[in-house]
Amino acid sequence: MDYLIRFSQSHETFRRPEIEALALIEGVDLEIVSYSLDSPFCIAKLPSEDAARRLIQRSILVQSIHELWGHGKTLDEVHAAVRRDTPHLWERYMTCSFKFTLDSYQGSRSAGDKLRIINSFSYLGFEGPIVMRRPDEEFILCEDWEFNSTPLGIPDPKCYFFGRFLASGARDLPKKLDLKKRRYISTTSMDAELTLITANIALAAPGKLMYDPFVGTGSFPIACAHFGALTFGSDIDGRSIRGDEKKRTLKANFEQYGILAGLGGMFTADLTNSPIRRRPLQQNGDGVSGRIFDGIICDPPYGVREGLRVLGVRDPEKSPWVIPKGKEMYKDPDFIPPRKPYSFLAMLDDILQFAAQTLVDDGRLSFWMPTANDEDQEIPVPTHPYLQVVSVCTQVFNKWSRRLITYRRIPDQQVDQVAMRKREEENAALVGKTADELNPFRKAYFNKFET
Amino acid sequence: MKVLTLNFLTCAVKSCKSSSDSFPLHPKDAELAKDDVEINPQLLANVLPRLDWNALRTTSTELGFPSLPDQPPSPEDLTADEKMLQELHSLLMETQIMEGKLVCGHCGHEYAIREGIANFLLPSHLV
Ligand SMILES: C[S@@+](CC[C@H](N)C(=O)[O-])C[C@H]1O[C@@H](n2cnc3c(N)ncnc32)[C@H](O)[C@@H]1O
Ligand SMILES: [Zn+2]
Repeated sequence: MDYLIRFSQSHETFRRPEIEALALIEGVDLEIVSYSLDSPFCIAKLPSEDAARRLIQRSILVQSIHELWGHGKTLDEVHAAVRRDTPHLWERYMTCSFKFTLDSYQGSRSAGDKLRIINSFSYLGFEGPIVMRRPDEEFILCEDWEFNSTPLGIPDPKCYFFGRFLASGARDLPKKLDLKKRRYISTTSMDAELTLITANIALAAPGKLMYDPFVGTGSFPIACAHFGALTFGSDIDGRSIRGDEKKRTLKANFEQYGILAGLGGMFTADLTNSPIRRRPLQQNGDGVSGRIFDGIICDPPYGVREGLRVLGVRDPEKSPWVIPKGKEMYKDPDFIPPRKPYSFLAMLDDILQFAAQTLVDDGRLSFWMPTANDEDQEIPVPTHPYLQVVSVCTQVFNKWSRRLITYRRIPDQQVDQVAMRKREEENAALVGKTADELNPFRKAYFNKFET
Repeated sequence: MKVLTLNFLTCAVKSCKSSSDSFPLHPKDAELAKDDVEINPQLLANVLPRLDWNALRTTSTELGFPSLPDQPPSPEDLTADEKMLQELHSLLMETQIMEGKLVCGHCGHEYAIREGIANFLLPSHLV
């Protein structure tokens, strides 16, 4: 049967990756029949009503899902389709309470028009009581209007969809995890809506192990744990995890939301020198052993304002005192070691390599990265032979945009080993160069936009 | 941090990566806490193939838990074995290391744990 997915018209490029990820999580066979970025209406084939409800139950970008009775460019076409395809359904709704709703996207109708349109469905012959609050069934006619249709005086929508309402998505969830009411946040915390969407796209679910190597205040683990996953995280700056060590800590956030069982372990570490156990990449592994995580989600530092730093001393000869001081001090639990500048691209490459080594087969890596709007300044999507790009979503701001890039860890046996050897050779040739290469985004940001 | 985390962590020192003595890290002066967590058999079955079983046996003994069998159960056996499920759940998911140190058996480096958060940052001469 066909179903109508009613999306919210926001974060458009995230919508399809989210719903496709949810289909995988729920094990639902989803076939998208029609979808467009500039419409909130999408038609999909699904095996059952139950599958439709499950598909969207944790979707942030789906408003609702409907059993589609008919659609068309004119109201007459809709009626023809409903009369042709659905008479066998009408009897079921003969006596229940019901209501009819008109959902005019980018358009409006006078009260008189609304009534006239709704009455045109009277041939369905429903005899039950009409109830506005919580009826047994709700029938909705959706209209997709041209942008600005009212001022332009456009008389009719581009198309109509008529169906029976089944369920709403999880549009209220972001409010529950709202940063404004969260106990502990910092300037780096990501807003609840985007973390939940990311957690969906990365397939966070009960029984899964998720990791954020740039955990900060824990925004991503919180979203993942909310969906039932067990979460891990680390940050080079332990203070971001500890907070004030009293009421405002990463752990306090988990307590606030009642998801402490989903807090696996948080620790202080540098991704480029990670203590997570890893094996060299295999060519014929069994898909699991030696690998740990189902998903890795992060928002790495891009070093826009401050240069990127990893552990190490940039030039040991210029600051010879740093190393002996480190030898004395490092046993202190609060020891903050010296750091050296590091290229953003080198950092991305480390993340990909780390993910290839630690994700189980079909596990996902989702990370955020900036890209200048200008074509020439665009940072290409980083690649790795063990990771297949699943989706690239873009969030556009005034003067810049950022992307959420998602990869799937492919089984060793499917990896292009020629590409892998090429990558290793190229990386070997870069040794000594990458670390000091300037972050191209940082350059673009300061040269171009900040005047 | 949950004891499970310990099974994923090795010494961060580069020259230790190739030594089998650097994993698992050995808890020292560990203060443990126990949380009440609802048992999740699906999670344990998922985690099982990712564990380094020998390392877990070492950790279990070092923390004073009952010794684990030589071989890990298969995921099917585990789901049927109520007692084993409960034991693993209690060790991996309910037990937290709050204070103390994690010591590398190869280089002797000690990583401090404070309020459940271990610090793996290394001084420059070890990076
Ligand atoms: C953009 S913030 C991510 C914030 C996080 N999503 C949150 O909810 O607060 C980037 C984080 O990466 C950390 N970081 C920077 N360099 C790092 C490195 N080499 N290894 C690990 N963490 C690093 C920073 O301390 C910062 O907390
Ligand atoms: Zn060591």
